[in-house]
Amino acid sequence: MNGLLIAPVLLPLLLGILSLLLWHHVRAQRVIAVAGTGLLTLLSLRLLIGIYRHGIQVVHLGNWEAPFGISLAADLLGAIMVVLASITGFAIALYSVGANERQRECFGYYPLVHILIMGVNGAFLTGDIFNLYVWFEVMLMSSFVLLALGGEKPQIEGGVKYMALNFFSSVIFLTAVGLLYGVMGTLNLADLAVKVRGTESTGMLVVIGCLFLASFGIKAAIFPLFFWLPASYHTPPPAVSGLFAGLLTKVGVYAMIRLFTLIFTPDLVHLHGLILGLAALTMVTGVLGAAAQFEFRRILSFHIVSQIGYMILGLGLFTPLALAGSIFYLMHHIIVKTNLFLIAGIVHYRFGTGELKSLGGLYKTAPWLSLLFLIPALSLAGIPPLSGFFAKLLLVMAAVDIHAWGMIATALGVSLLTLYSMTKIWNEAFWKDAPTPPPPARTDQSTILMMIPVILLATITVVIGFGAGPVFRLALAAANQLMNPSDYIHAVLGVSP
Amino acid sequence: MIGILTLLLVGGFLTPLFYRRWGDRTASRLALLPALSFLLLVGMGGSMSGQGGIHLISLTWIPELNFTLSFALDGLSLLFALLITGIGAFVVWYSGAYFDGDPTGCRFVMVLMLFMASMLGVVFADHVIVLFIFWELTSFTSFLLIGHNHREEAARKAALQALLVTGAGGLFLLAGLLILARAGGSYELSSLITNTSLPAHPLFNEAIALILVGAFTKSAQVPFHFWLPNAMQAPSPASAYLHSSTMVKAGVYLLARLHPLGVESWLWSDVVAPIGALTLFTGAVMAYGQVYLKRLLAYTTVSALGGMTMLIGFGSPAAAKAAVVFLLAHALYKASLFLVAGIIDHETGEKHIDRLGGLRTLMPWTALGAGLAAVSMMGLPPTLGFLGKELLYAADRGLVYLSISVLAGMFFVYVAYRTGVRPFVGLHRVTQKPGHEAPPAMWAGPMTLGGLSILLAVFASVTGKWIVAPAAQAVLGEPTAIKLVLWHGWNRELMLSLLTLGLGVAAILLVRPVSRLFSPVSRAAVIGPDAWYRAGLKGIQQGSVGLTRILQSGYLRAYIDSIVLFILLTAGWHFLGKVPFPGFAELHAVDINDLILVSLLFVAIAGALLSRSRMAAIASLGVIGYGIALIFVLYGAPDLAMTQMVIETLTVILLVLAFYHLPKFALRSSRPARIRDFALATAVALFTGAMTYAASFGEIAPPISWFYSENSWLNAYGKNVVNVILVDFRAMDTLGEITVLTVAALGAMALLKLRIGGQKGGGS
Repeated sequence: MNGLLIAPVLLPLLLGILSLLLWHHVRAQRVIAVAGTGLLTLLSLRLLIGIYRHGIQVVHLGNWEAPFGISLAADLLGAIMVVLASITGFAIALYSVGANERQRECFGYYPLVHILIMGVNGAFLTGDIFNLYVWFEVMLMSSFVLLALGGEKPQIEGGVKYMALNFFSSVIFLTAVGLLYGVMGTLNLADLAVKVRGTESTGMLVVIGCLFLASFGIKAAIFPLFFWLPASYHTPPPAVSGLFAGLLTKVGVYAMIRLFTLIFTPDLVHLHGLILGLAALTMVTGVLGAAAQFEFRRILSFHIVSQIGYMILGLGLFTPLALAGSIFYLMHHIIVKTNLFLIAGIVHYRFGTGELKSLGGLYKTAPWLSLLFLIPALSLAGIPPLSGFFAKLLLVMAAVDIHAWGMIATALGVSLLTLYSMTKIWNEAFWKDAPTPPPPARTDQSTILMMIPVILLATITVVIGFGAGPVFRLALAAANQLMNPSDYIHAVLGVSP
Repeated sequence: MIGILTLLLVGGFLTPLFYRRWGDRTASRLALLPALSFLLLVGMGGSMSGQGGIHLISLTWIPELNFTLSFALDGLSLLFALLITGIGAFVVWYSGAYFDGDPTGCRFVMVLMLFMASMLGVVFADHVIVLFIFWELTSFTSFLLIGHNHREEAARKAALQALLVTGAGGLFLLAGLLILARAGGSYELSSLITNTSLPAHPLFNEAIALILVGAFTKSAQVPFHFWLPNAMQAPSPASAYLHSSTMVKAGVYLLARLHPLGVESWLWSDVVAPIGALTLFTGAVMAYGQVYLKRLLAYTTVSALGGMTMLIGFGSPAAAKAAVVFLLAHALYKASLFLVAGIIDHETGEKHIDRLGGLRTLMPWTALGAGLAAVSMMGLPPTLGFLGKELLYAADRGLVYLSISVLAGMFFVYVAYRTGVRPFVGLHRVTQKPGHEAPPAMWAGPMTLGGLSILLAVFASVTGKWIVAPAAQAVLGEPTAIKLVLWHGWNRELMLSLLTLGLGVAAILLVRPVSRLFSPVSRAAVIGPDAWYRAGLKGIQQGSVGLTRILQSGYLRAYIDSIVLFILLTAGWHFLGKVPFPGFAELHAVDINDLILVSLLFVAIAGALLSRSRMAAIASLGVIGYGIALIFVLYGAPDLAMTQMVIETLTVILLVLAFYHLPKFALRSSRPARIRDFALATAVALFTGAMTYAASFGEIAPPISWFYSENSWLNAYGKNVVNVILVDFRAMDTLGEITVLTVAALGAMALLKLRIGGQKGGGS
């Protein structure tokens, strides 16, 4: 189990190093990328099954006992996230090979992807707040380079905003970690959880909690901190924006869920009401932002913001059902969102544009792609029985339970506007006749290989929808672990709080 | 039930395969599936009504949430299921001929089959979530069918409108059902409607109100009725099936289903009945001015749905009976008339009523089917339409309702004449295509359904016993003696019927005066809900563009301001309110070293802020960095000081090198902007300083650093604790940071060398 727990971090590192060594052998790098991420997916699934059966797993790196060394700790949430990251990585690897962006592939594209996945997985598995910061840095640097790789003008523009605002997030994060260590004297999450539970003077902790909220809020792209996302996600090659869309903001959401269930609990800091308000504003501003866009990937980018609102809505409501809803939402969203970006990419490769007014007639020219678009698009809008419906249903049910009427109205209203957005894309790009003259088709790109990950992810979406029962059971188990941190604490520290 | 659902679903999904094999003959064969389902349902109905009971099936689904796949079959759902499969069989058969030689027929029939399964799911479902899932699927399949001719903008817009209106209603419905389920402690409709304590729940009326919105949007009640006439962009079989006889009745179904519970709410009599009556009136009046066959029919559908809603709102046994008969009658004659409209359009290419006439010689069978349906719609004896109208008048609730009903009846006579009779009689008119009789697949439907309108009325007692009574009892939720008789004698209802008929004939003869009388109402519709919808959509569109332009302004500075403000308003606010400031009592006295150092720092800061030259500003920043390093030296952290010195030197050198290539420094921002920036920066600086200061006094738990100094030599074999922390205790951090550096180096190289776009492949 120990090897399995550290594999999601070490394997991508090894793949990255290997790809670096094979700098001039793009074909070998491709094979490594596909095979490696495939292997990673299998290993992480194995890890998830192990944790589901045997409970939370912990590794103390260098055998330095907690809280003195760095511990990796995987509970169900962490393992679920690792599985999702690995699946996304696998899909992106396949897609990248298909997309054939030769120049970028010659300049360290694959090593960067591996390192990014390493950072993401590290963030999901670490049990140490400063180590989390380090993984955030790994992610930030590799994602920035991926974003800017190629140096096209819009890429650089988007990249500068991305880097500046995310760097600001890091500064806030580091400040918060410093302050937290200053008052609590420890960095281990479980140890922190034990120590905050014994304390009376919480004023400083509330302030630190706010700082973490701001830092993770930037990463997760919540209102009013999301600006870097719509400014940058439509600029890099489709594979890269698919990878980012699926994973990056979700690491922020994950960190928020982790810290605000384990350490900054509602009875300690009373910040969950604020989180609820931010969730509502995020949903609304995101979806309205999408309504204002007429470019495929820009629409999708704003929808990421909107969907993040749903995920932290569950955190704000803070019941087992609500958290299960958030986790269900994460699972649904990562798959669906990555897929939509990949589809937008295929459209872009084939027709040379993502502007809805220059697109059209895809229903006729690309019937299979149309069907494959409908699945994630309808799922995103929450049409039953696809995955997004259950994700939203769980959150609304949780809100009904505690009579959070405003939240119900917001969540449902936003889902209607999401449906509107998706129908807009459908009507304009797929149903409408192609404008005259038709956009110049770029058929030189191999698209068959790019369809495989799209089909794979669409299948997962359908499976999550029809297998909502088992998936919910998993999400609920994960949520229960979060609601009762004593298991986590016990697993890491070996003592009960 | 589950067997039938699966049969139709699988049939629907496999339609493309069948088409590949059988081509255009597929539809006529696929129609056997609903026909078979119809027969199975008849069998189930026969075995059921002996017990007067209800079939329940329940499969486990998500036990943790009390979700089960539960279905129920009683008189009400059976009636609907028979209509869905019976009319469905004819419509599928019809579609085969309608789309003969048209490659999009396959897609149409596939969606039609899937719709059929979804609609059956709605009426079978006992679990509210199951109900909702199927409900949404009917909305979505309806979207696909309305937008079938997707190359036309009108079809796309109508499809979007129907989806948004019914979709919005669906969300209200979901909220209402969830609240109801939570209040009633069960998700099963069968147990909710018999829950006698539920009406006393504080949220009962709210839940019912939300559900009503859902039902009203689906069943096109005022003010949500506008989507239905627009939905006539769909091919005729879809209009006949979804938008007259089945899907739009889902709302009515839901109201009927919840009837035993709903009558306990004041909303039932005070909202449902008036809205129904209003819709009955509006639909009928709006129909009057229409000149296109299908739109004309659509408005009477709106009107009829209003009538059913009104009757359910009355809440009495007589009204329930009337609602059931009316529903049955309407489904039969309206489906026929729509199918006929489709035939006329298909064979002659004409949609405009005034361009049609004398078709009876060309298409005798169609004319007969149309005539039968029209007779029923007019309410002539002996038809179901007649029965329905009699019962409607018998269930009356005062003069207002009654006069609206009579008025609507008058328009029904008129519309029946215009759509079912007028095109076939009189002089033959030349049409776009020379008309001829449609194939049997197309006229069989109107013929059979029209014939049934009469047959079921002639054998009223049988219809009453086997169809109406079980359904009405299910609506009422209690066994009631219900009999259906065709002839009631010369009573008040018959007089009203005659009056209606007379008025109708007058409306046909005196088209001009009557239309002048009602034209203000039709004209008022210009500012009606359809316009609100368009304005709303436009408002959202423009509002979101405006909002996004403000939020996502494109200025990095604005984004940073937003983040800073967020921090000040959350963390800063809590800091002021909750953290006791420690005061300065514990500090030691300021000595000369501190004073010199701090003054130096202040001078350097001022220099950095005020300097107009980049180099001077960088130099000042360097001084600040060294000053901080000196503080580290003074307070016992020489290793930190060394690191700080090295980094500071490097930074200054790098910045100088980089800035050397930049253009001359220019002040770009305005004075107010600079004042604002200054204020924000000062606030952040004060907050950060105060917070750090307060934190150094606010220790909650002792630090764990003792462990490192104790173990560094003994267990980790290193004398420099910091080194041991970096490479052993917290080696993982170091690994991460090394990776960051590698990636940064990689990035720097790639950014410098790889330029796609500008100078392609500048990498070599």
